Amino acid sequence: MDVAFIIETIVKIVVILLVFSALAGFGTYFERKVLAFMQRRLGPMHVGPYGLLQVAADGIKLFTKEDIIPQNVVKPIFKLAPVITAATAFMAAAAIPFWPEFTAFGYKVHPIVADVNVGILYVMAVMAIGLYGPLLGGMASANKFSLISAARSAAVFISYEVITGLALLAPLMMVGSLSLIDINNYQTGGISNWIAVSQPVAFILFWIAAFAETGRTPFHLVANDHEIIDGFGTEYSGMRWGLFFIGEYANMFFISFVMAIIFLGGYGDGSIAGALQLLLKVAFFFFFFLWTRAAWPDIRPDQLMWLCWKVLMPIAVVNVVITGVVILIKQGGM
Amino acid sequence: MFEAIAFYLFAALTIAMFTITVMTSQALYALTAMAAGMIFISAFFFILGADFLGVIQIIVYTGAVMALYAFGMMFFDTTRTVVEKRDNPRVIFILGVLAATLVVFILVSPIISTHIEANYPINAAMGNSETIGLILFTKFLVPFEIAAVMLLVAMIAGIVLAGKKMDKSLTLMAEEEIALMSATQAKPETEEGAH
Repeated sequence: MDVAFIIETIVKIVVILLVFSALAGFGTYFERKVLAFMQRRLGPMHVGPYGLLQVAADGIKLFTKEDIIPQNVVKPIFKLAPVITAATAFMAAAAIPFWPEFTAFGYKVHPIVADVNVGILYVMAVMAIGLYGPLLGGMASANKFSLISAARSAAVFISYEVITGLALLAPLMMVGSLSLIDINNYQTGGISNWIAVSQPVAFILFWIAAFAETGRTPFHLVANDHEIIDGFGTEYSGMRWGLFFIGEYANMFFISFVMAIIFLGGYGDGSIAGALQLLLKVAFFFFFFLWTRAAWPDIRPDQLMWLCWKVLMPIAVVNVVITGVVILIKQGGM
Repeated sequence: MFEAIAFYLFAALTIAMFTITVMTSQALYALTAMAAGMIFISAFFFILGADFLGVIQIIVYTGAVMALYAFGMMFFDTTRTVVEKRDNPRVIFILGVLAATLVVFILVSPIISTHIEANYPINAAMGNSETIGLILFTKFLVPFEIAAVMLLVAMIAGIVLAGKKMDKSLTLMAEEEIALMSATQAKPETEEGAH
């Protein structure tokens, strides 16, 4: 382990942290603007040109607000929960390749913090830990609505983990590797090689499950404003509440990256054009999250469970079986 | 050197976390510390180069702890401390220390007899997941299949036990229907009303 490697890794970590915390802030701005335009409003307009400085104003507000710890809460757990949400969101980013390899000042840079050969499994595992944030926050604050939200988050995440796992299994059987870079390299050479073309069912299933994993609108039951106030966030104030938000938006960006890399060809052959395409794909997925929020109502918890266990899971299992048979026939085993 | 530092750091953290799990009387502390301890254990797999097992450790065990949280939510008020019934703390202490010493002795004994050698060392030519798949489906195929059958049996049993009233949905029923249903069922099936 030489010094250059350590310095390089630290620089990469700092860059990812800074870029994505800033993006998470701007994510709230994009969301408000997109929702506003879809509903024929203007959205934030007063702070700065087109309300661009609204993010800064919100940040200052969150940072300077009093940090209230209510009576009867379990203090250490209550304080820990938002940190878990934000930290796991960023930890998941360690195995995501954000950009193809490039050479800067004669030094070859791999824009991935840790190129482990079980990349996608690691990302999904760490994102799964992220649900401890809402769960602990809900259970530690002595509040009925928070407790309901914690119960819902446990149910939703345990259920939809199954869907993501099974949906991913079929593409992984084709690629034969868990590394996101290998998955990306499998799809070089045009749209017809994309896994979304050969595995459309898995793509749709994973996309649906991504909404549940990030807690976005059709599945936004964990913090449904009109039934359970703000769910696990009800008792929180100031920056602790803000950390939940940073975690949620960072998760949206990271899962968009994962979807773009696994199903839509990623950065392709590694040229600058390919890298820009990756960013466009990520932007599309992020926009789709917002679009769905404007277009769809929330569904009930029992409908969510029905969708998961009676519709999506059987489809995912059948998809895995069919993929296995097709691979077997192609290899000439039958 | 980095490996040694990482090992001692995670060893200390793991022991601290599981100590909290055992010692505390607050259900939330115990469960959170247990989840954290399970994640810290995965670090040992990463240090040994077994990335796949490390990630599986995170997925499986934190998922299992989450189920415990769900039970905690049903059975306790998790914001209150649990009052434990200790009739004779000295006996529990002595038995605990004895059991712990025994476990340490059992686990450490291979060091005394021979030096530890890996039965299936990591093969640099193959990836982690391939190696595990190869060993599972050649050397340990029968235990693997038996485990699969047992899980299937447990799953079917779970569905049979839980699926008694799956065709009715309380959300879609009117209040009177629910009252009628609970009134008719309260008398013949007394143990049903308990949960």
